[in-house]
Formats: sequence, structure tokens, C-alpha cells
Amino acid sequence: MFAREGRGLPWDRAHQKGKALDARQSPESVACPDCDLLQLIPPLAPGTRAACARCRRVLANRPTGPRDAALALTVAAAIALIVANALPLMELHVVGRFASTTIAGGAYEMWMQGQRLTSVLVAFCAVIAPAGYILFMLTLLLAARRSPIPHWTGEMLRWVGHLQVWSMLEVVMLGILVALIKIAELATVEPGIGMYAFGATILLIPAIMTNFDRHELWRRVEWADGEIPRPLSIEATLAGAPG
Amino acid sequence: MMRHAVTAAQAGLVSCESCHLVSRPAHAGEPGFCRRCGEKLESRRHASIETTWAFTCAAAICYVPANLLPVLNTTTPAGSEGDTILGGVAFLYTSGSWPLALVVLIASVMIPLGKLVSLAYLLITVQRGSIKSSRERTRLYRMVVFIGRWSMLDVFVDTFTVALVQLQPLMSVAPGPGVLFFAAVVVLTMLAAESFDPRLIWDSSDPREPAHGQ
Repeated sequence: MFAREGRGLPWDRAHQKGKALDARQSPESVACPDCDLLQLIPPLAPGTRAACARCRRVLANRPTGPRDAALALTVAAAIALIVANALPLMELHVVGRFASTTIAGGAYEMWMQGQRLTSVLVAFCAVIAPAGYILFMLTLLLAARRSPIPHWTGEMLRWVGHLQVWSMLEVVMLGILVALIKIAELATVEPGIGMYAFGATILLIPAIMTNFDRHELWRRVEWADGEIPRPLSIEATLAGAPG
Repeated sequence: MMRHAVTAAQAGLVSCESCHLVSRPAHAGEPGFCRRCGEKLESRRHASIETTWAFTCAAAICYVPANLLPVLNTTTPAGSEGDTILGGVAFLYTSGSWPLALVVLIASVMIPLGKLVSLAYLLITVQRGSIKSSRERTRLYRMVVFIGRWSMLDVFVDTFTVALVQLQPLMSVAPGPGVLFFAAVVVLTMLAAESFDPRLIWDSSDPREPAHGQ
């Protein structure tokens, strides 16, 4: 009911209303990662999100889809990614000669031509990070179906965030298209089957992200010091506040 | 309405960068580790301004050879010829696909330059303790983080051009030294954006006087 406008709440308003709420779904206090303002995230209705009251950074979102939507999308993305990496992305025909390449083939050719550092970077951003991201997401979503969730879930959630930053499939896609048009001046170039699978993967990844409730999963993670998970109470948070 | 508004730092609390759990450290100077996920706790990212400046300066230095050195060397029976990034844009423009030339120009020349200028602006305003337009500066920071990856475009274009055009002795394309510098600019600016702590933008302003005037 708080997040209907798709916005978060100023600290004290959430605090006052928070007391009236059922203890089991008591709002959790968070500090905005972008401006450090302490505020409470009220229980969100499906399809809504809470944004920071001061800097408008999105603090939490609750997906609308069914629980397993993210898992289904991740399985689809994993299959599409395998096809995209295994089959040629594009084929080139010129005066009876024929050449084709895959994503990994691009990085390999860079290595053979002496640009080893660049080759490693391309391999990481175009192959390793996306594959790792999808693999980790698959493991995480399968782990989330169990209760209690495995102890390594928190560690893996941390890694997924890092991999996501360096997974650049959509940039690779645009790069391939620009390369295709550049070469089309010199020879006949045709997109291969891998290209369509690649396109599908790129559309599936943002769909996974909107259907994945990171916040909810973190709340269920077993604490590193072995305590029972519980949100920091409003009183405990307020105790140190000046004024 | 906002009289209780405080930041985590003012309340003596630390928010975990990884799982966002807010906890109260035993010693303010040495927050220790997150009780939920075990991540090292820091009220603000360690040596954020210095690290960000270092990465930004390194990226600015690499930006010069990235644009001057050839990124591709094309060898045909007629001879060998080097192509810089701007040369590639010019080639796309003259070959009739100006929308694509614009995309490459924005991704390879304007975005890296814009990122360097934006990071320097954010760093200088934070160091001067500016309290003006904090929300706009935070938005600028988010844009720098979001848009940074797109400057890898030219590296991928070069990679796939090299991978496909290996038709010796007719024609072959080899990567030039510019590619490495260009990739370095992208990686260094991404690392600079990661090490910058946006909470520093807000530290000079009082949260009890909200920027949006509600």
C-alpha cells in the first residue's frame, strides 16, 4: 500500500506506519546504496518497487510473474547461450572462399594475431562472464526452491553481481552487426544460426533480471555468524539516530 | 516531515555493499565483517576518491594512443594500411551507413570522453564539498555506470572483423596496437566508476533538508 506510486517513503512516515504492521512482514530498514539515507522498505505488492526518498534509486522490486518464471527464463537462456556459442555466428563468401566464426573463435583469432590481453578481455566479457552469470543464476534459482536454502547461496549471490557487470552480450551483438556491415562492402556475409540464438539470449537476460527477487533471497540467506535471520528492528535502528 | 531522516553513517550504522544488510558495528573505526554474508564492512568505500582519480587519470592517458594508433591493419596485395577508430567511423560514413557511423562515433569517441569528464566533475565537486544538485550528480553517476560497457563496442567490432577477414593472400585484417589501449580505456573507466562512492556526493548535505523539498 505504501509503494503504489512506485516510490519509497521518507523515513519517519514509514516508521510510524511500520509499527501498525504485522510483525512477520515488518518493513526492513535499509540504507540507500547511492546516498546512505536510512529508510524502511514497506511490504511491496507484486509489480511495484520502492525507490529512495532522497535520490530516487530503486531499492527493491517485487516481480509480478509466478515464482518459477525466473527459473524457466534462465533455462531458456542457458539453452540459447549454448547454441549461440556452438554454431557459427556469421559466414562470409568471397570469390569461392568461405569463412565462418563463433564468439570464442573471435577471441582465439585475436590471440593468434598477438593481441593476447585484448583476447582475454573479449573472451571474458563475451563468453566467460555471460556463461558464468547464467550458470550461477540457474544454481541460485534451483537453490531458492529448497528450504532452508544452502549455505553457499549468499556467496553465489555476491558473485552474480560481479559477473553481471562484465557480461556484455548486448554490446557484443551490436559489435557483430557493425562488423557485418563493414565487411558486407567487401564480401557476401550471412548471419548464421548462432546469431538468432544469440539474439534470443540477449532478450532473455533482462527478462530474468526483472523476474528475480534478489531482496527476498538475501532475506532467506543463513547468516555467516550462524544466527537466525531477522531484520534489524526499527527501535535498534533508531537508537543511534541523533535528535 | 523528514525530521528523523538520517544516513546510516550518522546513525552509527554500516550498510553491507553486497547484501545491503544494515548492522551496527562494535567499533566505528573497524566495522569488521557483515554478519549475514561475511563481506568486509565499510561505511564508505576505502580510499574512494584517490582510487577513482588514479583510474580516471590512467584512462585519460590511454585515451590518446587509443585514438591515434591504428586499431586495424588491412593487408591486400596492393599493400598494407592502418585504420584508426575515427578512420573506421569515416569509412562507415562514406560507405553509406551514416546511422552506424553515428553509433560507433558515440560509443567509441563520445562515451569514453564523456565518462572521463563526468568522473572528473564528480570527483572535483565531492572534494570541494558541493551541496548543489546532488540528485542530478547521483543520476550522472548512475548514467556513467550504466553506459560504460557500451564503449567496448569497437573492441568487439575489431575482434569479429579480424576473425572473419582472414583470406590470405587476397586480403587479411590484423589488430593494431590501438585496440589494447582502447580496451584499457574502457576497463579503467569501468573500474573508476566502480571505485567511486556515490554516497560521498550526499555527505556534505544534511539529510534533514531533503533535496526534493517535500
